[in-house]
Amino acid sequence: MSSIKLRRACAALAAVTSLALAGTACGGGTSKDDVKEEGGSNASAGKADPNAATKKGLTVGFLPKQVNNPYFTTADKGGEAALKELGSSYKEVGPSSATDTSGQVSYVNTLTQQQVDAMAVSAQDPGALCTALKQAMKNDIKVVTYDSDTKPDCRNAFVSQASAEALGRTEVQLLAEQIGYKGEIAILSAAQTATNQNTWIEFMKDELKDPKYKDMKLVKVAFGNDDAQQSFQQTQGLLQEHPKLAGIISPTTVGIKAAAQYLSGSKYKGKVKLTGLGTPNDMRKYVKNGTVDAFELWDPAKLGELAARTAVALSSGQITGKEGETFKAGDMGTFTIGKDGVIDLGKPTVFDKKNIDQFNF
Amino acid sequence: MADSALARAVRWDTVVGALLIVVLLLSFTTVDGFGNALNLSFLIGNTLPIALIALPMTLLVVSGEIDLSVASTAGLSGAVMGALWNQGMTIETIIPICLLLGVVCGLINGLLVTRLGLPSLAVTIGTLAAYRGIAQIVLGSDAVTDFPTQYLDFAAGRIGDTFIPYAFLPFLVLLAIAVVALHATPFGRSLFAVGASEEAARFAGIRVKRQKLILFTVTGLMASLTGIFWALHYASARFDNATGLELSVVAAVLLGGIDFDGGKGTLGGAIAGVFLLGALQNVMSLQDVSAQSQIVVTGVLLVLSVLGPRVARQISVARAGRRAASASTSAPTTS
Repeated sequence: MSSIKLRRACAALAAVTSLALAGTACGGGTSKDDVKEEGGSNASAGKADPNAATKKGLTVGFLPKQVNNPYFTTADKGGEAALKELGSSYKEVGPSSATDTSGQVSYVNTLTQQQVDAMAVSAQDPGALCTALKQAMKNDIKVVTYDSDTKPDCRNAFVSQASAEALGRTEVQLLAEQIGYKGEIAILSAAQTATNQNTWIEFMKDELKDPKYKDMKLVKVAFGNDDAQQSFQQTQGLLQEHPKLAGIISPTTVGIKAAAQYLSGSKYKGKVKLTGLGTPNDMRKYVKNGTVDAFELWDPAKLGELAARTAVALSSGQITGKEGETFKAGDMGTFTIGKDGVIDLGKPTVFDKKNIDQFNF
Repeated sequence: MADSALARAVRWDTVVGALLIVVLLLSFTTVDGFGNALNLSFLIGNTLPIALIALPMTLLVVSGEIDLSVASTAGLSGAVMGALWNQGMTIETIIPICLLLGVVCGLINGLLVTRLGLPSLAVTIGTLAAYRGIAQIVLGSDAVTDFPTQYLDFAAGRIGDTFIPYAFLPFLVLLAIAVVALHATPFGRSLFAVGASEEAARFAGIRVKRQKLILFTVTGLMASLTGIFWALHYASARFDNATGLELSVVAAVLLGGIDFDGGKGTLGGAIAGVFLLGALQNVMSLQDVSAQSQIVVTGVLLVLSVLGPRVARQISVARAGRRAASASTSAPTTS
């Protein structure tokens, strides 16, 4: 009995689905081409008054990709210090996993419910937070993204850690100083398809065209795929292939650490120079034992501080996020908002023997 | 009479339902920012993916099986949805394809369990990894975000200024179907028999394997529906969408008093469990409880929820025993 009924129900279900399928097939429907590009403009409304007083007593919520991650803890501490100085209060919420996108969305909602004045968000995903962030902005909450951006129309401004150009060029400058502007150099990158690294490498190559680097020659770009072991082996390979190598640039925190590990245990230690993007905690050992002279990265504390100051400037009405607006960010100086509401932190910080112990991330 | 009402009151699913009401009432009165329509719509919207999968999962667990691959199936259909969308296909064609894919995923689980007689826990741990891997192959590390606005609005928006998300209405329909299927059809009732004793059920003429196959298939279908909803709700199709969702679903179902030995449980309990967890999470976030502490609270709650039904059962058994005892002692005097 029951199985007959069931079979009948299944048949009905199948019929309905196929009908629905046929219906949609005839009806045309919406495809990617029908969805118009929603313009690149960020959300900015009203007029900025650069002379407006800086408001006090605001609450700014920081929402990093992940709480208890040393990088973000340092960044958010920077924001906290700045807010304290400005007479506003700070709070930090966030998911405990850097891939918990739905968790991050609910934290945006939580901050909206708690009616903070502004939030500084490092987005796990460029699209996932959009609906929630737009809702926040509708409730008069200013939204600043830092470190990782969303789509431009989902926030008021983005504080970028460092421009690709600055990162690429300064890494070449850093290495050139260490090898006396002379000799063969190589790059140890992440994946061959890594967008960030490829942009930086383009700027490195452009920087190398300057006549002052005429005695330096880029002999190879190797790819360690941001994997410690592969990066280690690629470094080995580079030195075997090019015994006269004078220096290596590794614009990835994984790559530079693996390369430093190889160099420090080899006869090339101190002879082949290594620089690039690394974190002080990863590289401290190698700077102290003489493998690495200097490397660079943006200072996350400064990044957090600028995010906080941007949030306060937005809430005070000094800026709205439009291109060309300028605002004063305390000791950090004056910043100008670029295209799509992007604010560049500026040149990266160089870490060497002298200053590395001041940093913990 | 009074005794049976009491016995009913200590049934775990009613306890969870009551707990949910208490939590809601307390939050309404004491938690700032909880009781307004916007927050409630957030609460419901964020809980819907768990609730959607909890429907077939309840049926599956009642019949003594489990499917841990649901989150990966959801992630896979989201990834396929993103990939096909990037190919320029219309969303109206993509959605049925993804649902079909979910059916296939569920069918594979079901066939492995019923035809090869493998334990569902092992099978679906395997497909949990496999489906997620395929999702990553299909979409790579891309995030597809440019779905049509009317679909995004449907998945993330709410009706006017009320607390009801649009997507809640279809869920209510599905809930009604599931409740009827489990509690008011011979099919549903036979699931309890299968869960209680598979062998006895087979001897009673219930086609156990076929029923389980259907359940796995429906679970796959619902998981892919959830995956589509997830991608639209968060406006982002990525291979790692909904990672870990299976644990939330299992946790909620467990909390709702569905017995993992099979044969016991109600959909009301499961849904109460789902929303109890959702409400607690929402309240804890509003009260600035850190993410780590939230996990601890959820974990403790789960252990209690396994303990709870056992205690409740023992109380009712003891009560029944006492009643029987008093009945037998009073019998001679009255006659």
